[in-house]
Amino acid sequence: MTVLRDRVTTRMAAPVLRGRFDPLIVVVVGALIVVALTYTLPPFRTYQLATVGAYLCVTAGLTVLTGLNGQLSLGHGALMATGAYTLALWQNRFNLLAVGILMAILVTTAVGAVIGLAAARLRGPYLAGLTLAVAVVVPSIASTFDETFNSDQGLSVVLNPPPESMTVEQWQAWLSWGAALVTLFVLAMLVRGRFGRDLRAVRDDETAARLAGISVARTQVAAFVVSAACAGLAGALFAVLAQSVSPGAFPLTLSLFLLMAIVIGGLGRLSGALIGAVLLVGLPAVAHEIGEAAGSQRLEGNLALTFFGVVLVVVMLAAPGGLASVRVPVRRKTRAKKH
Amino acid sequence: MDRFVFLTFDGLSRGAVYAAFALALVLIWRAARIVNFAQGAMAVATAYVAYSVVDATGSYWLGFIVALLAGLLLGAGVERVVMRFVDHSSPLNGVVVALGLVLIIQGVLGMVYGNEFRPASTPFSRDAFEIGGVALLSRYDLFVFGAVGAVVVLLTLLFTRTPTGLRMRAAAFAPDVSRLLGVSVGGMLTLGWALAAAVGSLAGLLVLPTELGLHPTAMDIVFISAFTAAVVGGLDSPIGAVLGGLIVGLLLSYISGYLGATVAPMAVLALLVLVLLGRPDGLFSSRSKARTA
Amino acid sequence: MSTLLEVDGLTAGYGAAPVLHDVSLTVQAGQIVAVLGANGAGKTTLLRSLSGLLPAAKGQVVFDGKDLRGTKVERMVHLGIAHVPEGRGVVTELTVDENLRLGGLWRKPQPSLEPIYGLFPPLAERKGHLGHQLSGGERQMLAIGRALAAQPRLLLLDEPSLGLAPKITAQIMALLRDLRDRTGLTVLLVEQNVRSALSIADQGVVLSLGRIVTRHDAATLVDDADLRHAYLGF
Repeated sequence: MTVLRDRVTTRMAAPVLRGRFDPLIVVVVGALIVVALTYTLPPFRTYQLATVGAYLCVTAGLTVLTGLNGQLSLGHGALMATGAYTLALWQNRFNLLAVGILMAILVTTAVGAVIGLAAARLRGPYLAGLTLAVAVVVPSIASTFDETFNSDQGLSVVLNPPPESMTVEQWQAWLSWGAALVTLFVLAMLVRGRFGRDLRAVRDDETAARLAGISVARTQVAAFVVSAACAGLAGALFAVLAQSVSPGAFPLTLSLFLLMAIVIGGLGRLSGALIGAVLLVGLPAVAHEIGEAAGSQRLEGNLALTFFGVVLVVVMLAAPGGLASVRVPVRRKTRAKKH
Repeated sequence: MDRFVFLTFDGLSRGAVYAAFALALVLIWRAARIVNFAQGAMAVATAYVAYSVVDATGSYWLGFIVALLAGLLLGAGVERVVMRFVDHSSPLNGVVVALGLVLIIQGVLGMVYGNEFRPASTPFSRDAFEIGGVALLSRYDLFVFGAVGAVVVLLTLLFTRTPTGLRMRAAAFAPDVSRLLGVSVGGMLTLGWALAAAVGSLAGLLVLPTELGLHPTAMDIVFISAFTAAVVGGLDSPIGAVLGGLIVGLLLSYISGYLGATVAPMAVLALLVLVLLGRPDGLFSSRSKARTA
Repeated sequence: MSTLLEVDGLTAGYGAAPVLHDVSLTVQAGQIVAVLGANGAGKTTLLRSLSGLLPAAKGQVVFDGKDLRGTKVERMVHLGIAHVPEGRGVVTELTVDENLRLGGLWRKPQPSLEPIYGLFPPLAERKGHLGHQLSGGERQMLAIGRALAAQPRLLLLDEPSLGLAPKITAQIMALLRDLRDRTGLTVLLVEQNVRSALSIADQGVVLSLGRIVTRHDAATLVDDADLRHAYLGF
């Protein structure tokens, strides 16, 4: 099965993901940069930085699922909602944030496992259709069980104030980037090893992978579970950042945005996940400015939608590997010299 | 018992709409091996066109016809300008591009019309008739049956009795051989998309007045239901699409009627999961055999 | 005898390496030319280049005075070239009648299919059958009948005898010869079954590794033992 293959991973298999940057260095440098930014940026920008970090958790997981393993999921917005609601419910009962985040991850992982088991047997448009159905249907669950979930109005999230040395936004940024960098590190390590090879092998040629002794179903479920855990984490972070959850925060378009972000960012590369996360925060912000300047409220959200759609279509037609792959020719020449 | 009969007819009426929409999906699948995930958004766009026309002229029928024409144009346009250039070596590229189109269409509609729900008009009364003291069908339901029935009959005639239909089928089954026989395969593909989009438009026009109203995302759940219907029937099978649509319509009607309307979407999801896990080829598809020999 | 098809320096292939190298040949109207050679010699590639399914990298193909470069595949049948591809290409999900009608669709008004049914009585008996319900021989008849329904001047036939019983092969060859004699149909016949092909051909052309290694009139190829041994393996 050849799915959304990114040109780079086709031509060069393992070396691309292996040799580029040592994950530990990336994490340390990243942490330093984030800390520096939190002390230099104005509060709103710091908040946006925090949001990028939260998105990065889910885009990284989705990059592994779709880019490396070739499974298209349109339901990760719903998984984020699962994480978010779990956190909200936990916090409103117990107010223990660290455990709450863990609970969010666990619950979402369980849900992800269920979907993943169903999904492992599906291919192509069938998988897309199933996950699309999940994304469309899950918001209605909140409406049905409205005592627990308070239906469309949603829930507010109980949180402790940050330590006195920090502003709320700084604390938020530290939290979400702490989570994001840990996620990136874990994923990078997973992907470099046996897991990553198995993922790509299954994506590129299932039969060959099977013949090589890889359990296709197990790999696919594992990929789904990993990406679900990431989505749960991201959802929990969003609940913390927004200090509330509601069905309206997790519409179908969120799942589509996530997909778009990783496709535009470049599938199969964790750096693409970062590009995607930045886009997810940056583009709507730009659209908001334009909307304000034009004095039109309609413009705002919809401009971002349209813009995302246009960029996505153009990128898919012109460079199926995503924007991150456009840089490739330069690197390929350098590598060729080494060989 | 009364309730059951009422729900049955209501379900068939809904089912007819899903059948039409599923037929549109099957048409494109057979012609191009793509599931057109943008079908719903395209239908909504033409429904908004109808809305504008009705708003300006007061005539439902004029809006209706213009919407269908808009559907033809939109379908042909999407194929010619976008889908033709998709790298089909991966089956998911078409899906991703279609989803991009969904974003574009919903965004543009939101910008032009705003995100409030607007009322969608109907030409006929939606009050149910009474037959033997039981509320059964409304004039509107009869209109729906008639319209969908006409579409099915017309499409069947087109594909089985006309040279163009023969060309379209040949182009879908065996593109290379067809080209050798003088069939413009590209042209037939465009025609297929145009027809499918028009059928999808019709389905949208028929269903939207029965929902919350006109909204850029109004067809999302209809798409899911119709996709489920197409999968139930088998993506390859037009008859399957029609029967699948009726089945899904009935199911939703009974569940909404006996368990509550908010449970209905979950029932669709459950049905989809069941079919995909149990019999992914659908109930009526022929197992894939060689297309040419 | 006029020249119907002239191929000059044709080089074509799939991807980087060409399969055909500098192929040149001439076909006169009303002739049957047999294209022979081992598997992989490029015979199918040659026909695909002529009908436009495969664009030529280099060289020229002139049909009845018209340069075919840039002509789309769909137009070929309008010009009078009908290609029955390797594997026949009978559309399995259409009926016999629909397959045949497909051949003549491009003509206005559509030609009657009676003459075709006259040529192939077994097809007449199975008008409503689907393509996949036919036997190998019937499918070959259908594929040829469909090409003939297009009323071509040049028929490109790729391995018609493949998978067929000798008796059926003989019938088909006899039919081709008969059509040439009666209607002046020109045929470019790719065949593995050398004897059958040469029994009806006027000219024989042998391809090896993408190049033409010899061409002679058919009678010479059959009678001259040295030529036969060298190029045809018997």
